[in-house]
Amino acid sequence: MFGKLTMSAVPMNQPIIMGAVLFMAIGVAVVLGAITYFRFWRQLWSDWLTSVDHKRIGVMYIILALVMLLRGFADAIMMRSQQALASDGGAGYLPPEHFDQVFTAHGVIMIFFMAMPFIVGLMNIVVPLQIGARDVAFPYLNSFSLWMTISGAILVNLSLAVGNFARTGWLAYPPLSELHFSPDVGVDYYIWSLQVAGVGTLLGGVNMITTILKMRAPGMTMMRMPVFTWTALCTNMLIVAAFPVLTVTLGLLALDRYLGMHFFTNTAGGNPMMYVNLIWIWGHPEVYILVLPCFGVFSEVISTFSGKPLFGYTSMVYATICITVLSFTVWLHHFFTMGSGADVNAFFGITTMVIAIPTGVKIFNWLFTMYHGRVRFETPVLWTIGFMVTFTIGGMSGVLLAVPPADFVLHNSVFLVAHFHNVIIGGVVFGCMAGYNYWFPKALGFKLDERWGKISFWCWLIGFYVAFMPLYALGLMGMTRRLDHMDNPVWHIYLMVAAGGAAIILCGILAQLVQLYVSIVNHVALKDVTGDPWNGRTLEWATASPPAFYNFAETPVVLSRDSFWDMKRRGVAFHPPVHYHRIHMPRNTGAGFILGVLGGVVGFGMIWHIWWLVLFCLLAGLAVVVAHSFDEDRAYYVPSGEVAEIEGRHFQQLMPQAGD
Amino acid sequence: MTVDIRLAADTALLADAEEGHEEHHDTASIVTLGFWIYLMSDCVLFAALFATFTVLRGDTAGGPTGREIFALPNVAIETACLLVSSFTYGMAMIAAERNRKSEVLRWLGLTLLLGLGFLGLEIREFADLVHQGFGPDRSGFLSGFFTLVGTHGFHVFSGIIWMLVLMAHVAYRGLTPENRTRLMCLSLFWHFLDIIWIGVFTIVYLLGAA
Repeated sequence: MFGKLTMSAVPMNQPIIMGAVLFMAIGVAVVLGAITYFRFWRQLWSDWLTSVDHKRIGVMYIILALVMLLRGFADAIMMRSQQALASDGGAGYLPPEHFDQVFTAHGVIMIFFMAMPFIVGLMNIVVPLQIGARDVAFPYLNSFSLWMTISGAILVNLSLAVGNFARTGWLAYPPLSELHFSPDVGVDYYIWSLQVAGVGTLLGGVNMITTILKMRAPGMTMMRMPVFTWTALCTNMLIVAAFPVLTVTLGLLALDRYLGMHFFTNTAGGNPMMYVNLIWIWGHPEVYILVLPCFGVFSEVISTFSGKPLFGYTSMVYATICITVLSFTVWLHHFFTMGSGADVNAFFGITTMVIAIPTGVKIFNWLFTMYHGRVRFETPVLWTIGFMVTFTIGGMSGVLLAVPPADFVLHNSVFLVAHFHNVIIGGVVFGCMAGYNYWFPKALGFKLDERWGKISFWCWLIGFYVAFMPLYALGLMGMTRRLDHMDNPVWHIYLMVAAGGAAIILCGILAQLVQLYVSIVNHVALKDVTGDPWNGRTLEWATASPPAFYNFAETPVVLSRDSFWDMKRRGVAFHPPVHYHRIHMPRNTGAGFILGVLGGVVGFGMIWHIWWLVLFCLLAGLAVVVAHSFDEDRAYYVPSGEVAEIEGRHFQQLMPQAGD
Repeated sequence: MTVDIRLAADTALLADAEEGHEEHHDTASIVTLGFWIYLMSDCVLFAALFATFTVLRGDTAGGPTGREIFALPNVAIETACLLVSSFTYGMAMIAAERNRKSEVLRWLGLTLLLGLGFLGLEIREFADLVHQGFGPDRSGFLSGFFTLVGTHGFHVFSGIIWMLVLMAHVAYRGLTPENRTRLMCLSLFWHFLDIIWIGVFTIVYLLGAA
């Protein structure tokens, strides 16, 4: 009846795990209790869970990302403290099988359920606004994508309480991840949480490309698109081209584990290195999927806060496209030691180094944008400058690792760990934080507190250097990654410093939570009445904060790059239109939410071999899709009177400003 | 010169906006483009499966090779079914163009039967192989074979389910613009599967039996 699932799947005898489970359970109970107490259920369902509004969906993606940041960071703290405690003869507090789950979960959660939702959330909120559209191309599909991602995240977290998680590292290399060596459900949790979330990501990519290509406001040619939209376009093309490979790779691993096939086994003709090739054919583009939109954020921020158009717009666009193409030509640098020979390694080493060129172009463009600008040092700018310094260092250690002979010495060491945290934290996390501070007022109608934002930035920046610079040194001293326990007094002091760095980053995260809290408390004082709190340049600032659900009462007409800046210069910004028209908008639907829940349950059934549940949910999902396809009343007209009323309120707020 | 043209275009845009045209998106072209992009992702999926199959082609681990198990006449009939079904789907699209609803349904029905015939033959081939002990767990080569061909078969199966639903749509509501878009998308999907099959036929069966 319940497949492999029994009560023994709950690790009652593990106090650390049960403590974490209890903590999570209390958190969930508090949230559910608060929803009940404030009688929020009905509104939650009608305004959020069933919403097809791209802005709300984006906000929910980012909430998911922030919650998962806490979970992933808890894992990070455990690793740093374990290595600090267990490097000088001590035993530490995490047994190896738990430590292995911790570093696997940390990687999986941070990449798939923190960074990805953050990026996708920012793109969802901003891109339709930047191109002057009312919504994305497929709003109902967008809601489905969100709920599949959330279902995947729930599965990963469920593995803490029911069963266990993979002990294989975040990419689950075979043969270790094969049934023979990992017979329990850990790898299955890994496979199905990523498959469920991956469907959402892929369809989200299709949606966003179609939106950008088809729904731009009149006059917005490709070369008038804001740079963030350009990077979003490239990132989503990478998603559509790369995620199917991940789906195949994990699917084949599942076939090995469930049906005894021999894709990656080391018996009967299987080929484990084929998995490593396939997963990196997805995996390297994935890091550019994460970082390209962040480059877009930095471009928007630096140009807005320097009060200048972006230096070298065209070269920025072509650099982005170059990186998009090149990202598919470098995957083998993740395993130079495979033994593919000097020629192949040289080829991939050179392509890897070549990527540094378009990236360097970008860095110089940002620098020249600031040059002779009147730079306002608000929080998003601090994150951007912190990024430029940190990412450059990470990029240089990357070029070093791209040299195959150097890589033979450094691969699998904590030097590598330092390198990718240097670029992922310095690039992606800083970019997400810059975007979060920059677009928060647009999404929610009030600015974030500056003081706590700056405290958070400095803690993150300093904490990052203190935590990861020692790892560069340790890597050069020969320390390999993923060590649970080592007895080397020389390394001990470095690991103690690194743990201290993690504690400083923790202060940064806490400061962010305080910033959010303080800003919510002071939201009246921080209110953004103009819709343009930063003196912005692109169309998202041309509408109210938060924008009405239809975004723009009248589709803007674009005559140049930085089109909102242009409107302000021509004196046509902040003026109500002559008359209002009715607006065609999609209706909310519960279908995406229901399908997401069913997708999560299918994953759970697959993990625990509960076949009837899988079949039932698949058929139920099909029924929902078919029923939804027969519902042709999916959109409606917002009457012009209602539009006039909503816009009237916005322009009334604007009046005091309109005088000057 | 180009600047002038662009300025002229922009002026026209502004004039358009001032007249206050109620904007309406060309839904059909948006849906079709979105579906194209999805198909391209499906294409990458098949590319990965073709690559794995090719890597594992020689890894028979003492089991049978392609030459020993492929029955080309059977595959030829399968191919014929699928190619003809593309033709009949094309006829359904022409009928839709001419607003002949019952004719559309008849051609779709015929396409459906051909698709089912293809699937039946494929399932029989799979069952025979498993029965002889040459299932997907026998060797890397057979894992790759069953997965690549089976994934294509699963797509055909999904197409058949979709076709059933779409026939209900057309029978129910007629050739509405929405249903025409759906017919177009399924048409793309169906022809796409045909193209993939030509790859399977060549790379798996013809090269395998050679």
